[in-house]
Amino acid sequence: MRRETPQKLTDYSPLVFPAGMLIVFFVVPFATMIAVSFFKRNPSGFYTPDFVFDNYARFLSLFFGKVLGFSLMLAIAVAICCIVLAVPFTYLLSRARRRTQVLWLVALLSILSLSEVIIGFAWSTLFSRTAGITNLLVMLGIMDQPVALNPSFGAVLTAMTYQALPYTVLVLYPALVRLDPTLTEAARTLGASPIRAFFTVVVPALRNTIVATLIMVFIFALGCYLLPQILGRPQHWTLSVLITDQAIYQSNMPFAAAMAVFLVLVTLGLVGLTVYAGRKGETA
Amino acid sequence: MSGLTLQNVTKEFGTFTAVRNVELTVPHGTFVCLLGPSGCGKTTLMRMVAGLDLPTSGSIRLDDRDITNVPTHKRDLGMVFQSLALFPHLTVGENIAYSLRIRGVGKAEQKKRVDELLAMIHLTGYADRPVAKLSGGQRQRVAIARALAISPKLFLLDEPLSALDAKLREAMQVELRQLQQRLGITTIVVTHDQREAMTMADTVVVMNGGEIRQAAPPVEIYRRPADTFVADFIGMTNLIDFKADGAGTQVLGASVPGLVIPNGLPSGIISVRPEDVHLTAPGNAPITGTVTFVRDLGGTIETFVEAAGKQIVAVSMPNARPDVAVGQSVGIALNPDDCVVLKA
Amino acid sequence: MTVFLQRLYFGLIGLFLALPIIVVAGVSVNEKQDLAFPPKGFSLGWYAEIFTNVEWRNALFASITLAALSAAVALLIALPLAWFLWRRHAPWANIFQLLGIAPFTLPPVITALGLLTFWAATGFYGQPATAVISHAIFFVTLPLVTLSLGFSSIDRSLVEAAATMGADDRTVFRTVVLPLILPYLVSGYAFAFVLSLNEYIVAYMTVGFTMETLPIKIFNALRYGYTPTMASVTILFVAIAATIFGLVARFGDLPKLLGAMSSRDQE
Repeated sequence: MRRETPQKLTDYSPLVFPAGMLIVFFVVPFATMIAVSFFKRNPSGFYTPDFVFDNYARFLSLFFGKVLGFSLMLAIAVAICCIVLAVPFTYLLSRARRRTQVLWLVALLSILSLSEVIIGFAWSTLFSRTAGITNLLVMLGIMDQPVALNPSFGAVLTAMTYQALPYTVLVLYPALVRLDPTLTEAARTLGASPIRAFFTVVVPALRNTIVATLIMVFIFALGCYLLPQILGRPQHWTLSVLITDQAIYQSNMPFAAAMAVFLVLVTLGLVGLTVYAGRKGETA
Repeated sequence: MSGLTLQNVTKEFGTFTAVRNVELTVPHGTFVCLLGPSGCGKTTLMRMVAGLDLPTSGSIRLDDRDITNVPTHKRDLGMVFQSLALFPHLTVGENIAYSLRIRGVGKAEQKKRVDELLAMIHLTGYADRPVAKLSGGQRQRVAIARALAISPKLFLLDEPLSALDAKLREAMQVELRQLQQRLGITTIVVTHDQREAMTMADTVVVMNGGEIRQAAPPVEIYRRPADTFVADFIGMTNLIDFKADGAGTQVLGASVPGLVIPNGLPSGIISVRPEDVHLTAPGNAPITGTVTFVRDLGGTIETFVEAAGKQIVAVSMPNARPDVAVGQSVGIALNPDDCVVLKA
Repeated sequence: MTVFLQRLYFGLIGLFLALPIIVVAGVSVNEKQDLAFPPKGFSLGWYAEIFTNVEWRNALFASITLAALSAAVALLIALPLAWFLWRRHAPWANIFQLLGIAPFTLPPVITALGLLTFWAATGFYGQPATAVISHAIFFVTLPLVTLSLGFSSIDRSLVEAAATMGADDRTVFRTVVLPLILPYLVSGYAFAFVLSLNEYIVAYMTVGFTMETLPIKIFNALRYGYTPTMASVTILFVAIAATIFGLVARFGDLPKLLGAMSSRDQE
């Protein structure tokens, strides 16, 4: 079957519904949001149509700079933790028996699909004084009495790593499965130990994949909106949390929209970077 | 006239011309092989006959009906694909019955026809097996049976045997030819294998560069190739320059008596098959050469002779083994009737 | 030694992934309304509570309805689109592929806020149907990806073969394409269903004030105090996700779906 260029107008009919839905319910809302970001806030209602840059001007404050800086720093920290844990794990997984792989994939998908609410709740329980991990340590005699481990930066970082780790593994998985196993075998015959072969052959061969994954996990972590709220203090709030807060609790839609637009620009820049890294990987 | 007629058919993909000005007539009930190297346009030509590609210009007629722009599914074809294209989600029986099912043939009749076809391909009792469980040769047969289910007007096969190993392929070639003769169905096969074409076809169509170079019965293609491409592509041959003038015809620095060049060409190329090159004692023939290599293949013996700076191959049977050794001088005798004068 | 290190590493990652679930599972079987681990006493009462308590039951029902409907709408968007992109040569139509992938790739807050402003501006804000459409758009990426993968794995000569046997475009789709794409259709639906069931922010921003899905209910419960039902619901959700993905793995080829194109058997 050759892929024919559509000849008649009716050949386009399968596109009508998908294109219509995506335009009306994704493109138009997106445009609405951009428009709202230039509107004026109206304390009594939502907003009044206008064309002002006030909402963007607020970015220039020290408070906003801190939030942005913290968001980026947190997302980078999560991305690095995930990559460090996931690369060796995924490598081992891709070399495991098929049955083992399938079992892990089911488990990873199940955790990946879990609501942030549920992950937040689970970790807040795990970090709590009454039902937390410290109770186990007390039982083992390592600690004298249980303590609460949240709210804290460590709690936010741990839970976000937990949330992003399955995602990281699933993004890395295809590239690692397709990696030619004879590469490491060749290294082994040349005298490298398995661990040395991993670091001298596998990691360099996957450099572009790893960079691309790092960026994708970074974006994923940037989108985290609840965990900092549930497990952290207000100074641990990220841009995503702030957007939710402004939109829902402060009813300041124009400012929330402006922040969202800003977040999109950051994300798109990073996606562009990923694509660029991918292209370079192909030609290399 | 009944059968298939292609008139001035051309297919362009962008700036590339895959098939150029093809004229071909396939009378009803004949077996035609489209033969040529890869990229010669033979598959594109067949796809146009099937309606899977549409010609850029020209017309295709089947039994006096213009089918040039008739969609594939209305052409009543049977086609075997190179990949076989058996439906993986259907059983052997369901695959064979597919064309009957979508034409609304009743269940009982479908079953009867499937059983007939399975018997024809010696796979009786295989109807309920999944196609994935079949061997390569069995799949091949199922693909053929599936294509023949509706007794199509035209039976098309695109490199049908290329996935089989050499032995099975030769057996299937004979089987396919016998089946075609029994059913009397108009058949076109695309192949790059000249043995396959010679085994099966009534007419071999040799293509190169999108054009038909020669369309003729196998023996004629071999004995009387139309041009150097055909002569060289079909079997082994010696292509030798000649010069002709009033005194006679000069080949390999010697005059060959009796070799008459038509149309008074002053120079050109002749083709001589290796089995038509006769080696004699030096001096017994007009041309003299030196033996450079002898290859004894058991069934045949190939002797390589250098004459006038040109390598000539002679093939002889074991019972006429030439008494030669490397380095020896020999005479080369050519029978004028065996020399084919070619268009350059 | 290496094998031992491998096992240890798998074990540690497994423990990290399982630990919160183990603790929550423990908490969910507390006899009284305690947030205690190890659990005090043993009771499955908090699981019964999901179905007996009207609020939890309504939330569960709302979530399942939302997930079932939105995954169906997502399929209705993804199937013709993926089919068109596979069947036709129309490079500009790839823009819709991009649009289909964007909602899930962008931070969820952005899609959620976009939809919130849109529903508010058009006056439909808070209506249950808006949540269905919002989730369908948000999760259309998943069936789109599985279906694109599915279509690309169909040998195009199968379609040509069907045509030579007399099948028109519509018949080819019904008798060849659809049966071959079915596993990808099912897994696309399963992915969208499970993720919709768990989704919080889009649901919250669109219908958060008018209806409660389970994630919204859990979050509200988290803010107003603790009840072990939250733990039992969490475990229920983990079980549902694991069951559905387990079924996808059982009847489909999970490694292939997740991008390992060669499904070689290593056993």
